Amino acid sequence: MEKDPIVRLRRVTKRFDDVVAVDSLDLDIYQGEFLTLLGPSGCGKTTVLRLIAGFESPDKGDIVMNGTSLIGTAPNKRNVNTVFQSYALFPHMSIFDNIAFGLKMKRFEKSVITEKVTEALSIVKLGGLEMRKPHQLSGGQQQRVAMARAIVNKPQVLLLDEPLSALDYRLRQEMELELKRIHRKLGITFVFVTHDQEEAISMSDRIAVMNEGRIEQIGTPSQIYEEPQNMFVAKFVGEINVFEGRIVEIHNGSAVVDIHGRHFKVQNRKDFANGRAVKVLLRPEDIMVTKDEELQGTAPALAGKIEEVIYKGKTVDLIISLDAGETVFVTQFFNEDQEDVVYRHGHRIHINWPYGWEVVL
Amino acid sequence: MEKKSGFRNVAVGSTLCWITLFVVIPYLIVVAYSFLTPDPSGTVSWIFTLDSYREIFSPVFLIVCKNSFALALSTTVLTLLAAYPFAFFLTRISESIRRTLILIMIIPFWTSSLIRTYALIILLKANGIVNTFLLSLGWIDEPLNLLYTQLAVFTGLVYTLLPFMILPLYASLQKLDTRLIEAARDLGATSPRIFFHIILPLTLPGIIAGSTMVFLPALGLFYIPDLLGGARSMLIGNFIKDQFLVAGNWPLGSSASVILTLLMFLLIAWYFLSSRKINQGDMREVI
Repeated sequence: MEKDPIVRLRRVTKRFDDVVAVDSLDLDIYQGEFLTLLGPSGCGKTTVLRLIAGFESPDKGDIVMNGTSLIGTAPNKRNVNTVFQSYALFPHMSIFDNIAFGLKMKRFEKSVITEKVTEALSIVKLGGLEMRKPHQLSGGQQQRVAMARAIVNKPQVLLLDEPLSALDYRLRQEMELELKRIHRKLGITFVFVTHDQEEAISMSDRIAVMNEGRIEQIGTPSQIYEEPQNMFVAKFVGEINVFEGRIVEIHNGSAVVDIHGRHFKVQNRKDFANGRAVKVLLRPEDIMVTKDEELQGTAPALAGKIEEVIYKGKTVDLIISLDAGETVFVTQFFNEDQEDVVYRHGHRIHINWPYGWEVVL
Repeated sequence: MEKKSGFRNVAVGSTLCWITLFVVIPYLIVVAYSFLTPDPSGTVSWIFTLDSYREIFSPVFLIVCKNSFALALSTTVLTLLAAYPFAFFLTRISESIRRTLILIMIIPFWTSSLIRTYALIILLKANGIVNTFLLSLGWIDEPLNLLYTQLAVFTGLVYTLLPFMILPLYASLQKLDTRLIEAARDLGATSPRIFFHIILPLTLPGIIAGSTMVFLPALGLFYIPDLLGGARSMLIGNFIKDQFLVAGNWPLGSSASVILTLLMFLLIAWYFLSSRKINQGDMREVI
């Protein structure tokens, strides 16, 4: 990632009437990466995509591609292609003509067009459907045609606007793998827009979490999931439990947080001062549950009782109400060595977590 | 459910009665007359003959047909060229302006088109409004010869039939998914190529619908060429009118009507077949 970025957004602002869709946004996109713009609807992620594609022009700021500003360059002159959310296949053209459209516009020879279209169709595994019309294909097949129509032009950057949102769950998972495979095979830079955090985490090299026209955090999926930098990212990506606390002791690199009168040792990565009110964030799978009678020694823990047990096959989800009033969501993996650990509604338990697994904000 | 089907029966039934009384029966009379013998008294005598049809396929009537079709076709093309940009513009403006423009377009329908044609005469005649205006500006030295020209005929026909072209075109342009235009641009198409590869083929149903709705009336609107063109060349409409009102040859007028109806029917059939080919089932919304 030390290479120069292929696309660079510099303090880009875009307003629609009174609404600021993109707010002074900086973003570097690197050659060959799979970057996902993740956020709730209306966060400006699609606008960023449309700005790069050229369908919108920024009110302020600059968009640079390969060192040259794209401002004033029409979409048809940019070396990027888009896979649209609704696919936007041309209904009056055959699959072949849909995919060949970009090549025809660039006035390639007929034989070259046939060769390239056939290759693109084989990449998306749709050989043999050339002469069909879009309405004769299933949603998943239309999705593949939309991909083929874009990649056949060998763009430097491929923009994907929620391409999987119209597909059902199974097909979506299948297409996630397909997209990863195509990305690896072609080596093209992918900029992918989605509101689905699972999709983002499973596919991306980097994720930019967006909210209200700004990027809240950008990083690898594990950085986003394990080390959210603010409450928005923490709550938007995955389930998370939040405990209100206060720092009562500072040590070298660590601190002690008081939560409901119990003292927990935590890492102090952000150098919070003593006495500061903080939030301690824990993923459901990072919390340990101990039955009351097994609790040994003086390890700090929060007492509560099990409200609900949800069997998920690979895991068991527990909803626990703490004596202090909070509701905590915990995911337990089955432990082969402890088959006798069976949770039931109403059991008294304690929860705590291994030092360092928490996030303090 | 009982009540609903009762209402449906009344609604469908009354419409059927209306059509039978005022369309089907008169038309059957026309068809019957076309096979009868003209009577010197001005009506018909009940003797079966095919003379009218023999007369119809004479060179004179073929020239009338040719003239009519040429006029209707060029009117259709002119109307299409005038309507398409306007319909396209209608889809690109704000809702309130669009509604106002459509209202302005429809208001003239509240007046009889015959009266509107007389209004055109007032505009176009030698000492009419257009000439007076141009003279007062000093752009011309003597009145232009506007009335009783081919130009006046086209002006009248295009003016009268323009809304019938605009509305179907607007309907099909409105349905056009703008994301398809974006997709085409994204794939490197310039504006002219987007128009010819995407917009034009996808609005073809609207073009065909509008053309049919202009072409067919243009064949029969005899009074506009009569009033504005000064009866220079005989058209089908005038021919039929003359057979009934001037020549007193009702069977010949009837057979010309039957031929005209058959031609129109063929055109409509062609329109339905081609539109079904273009867009399965979508056409019903356009009409």
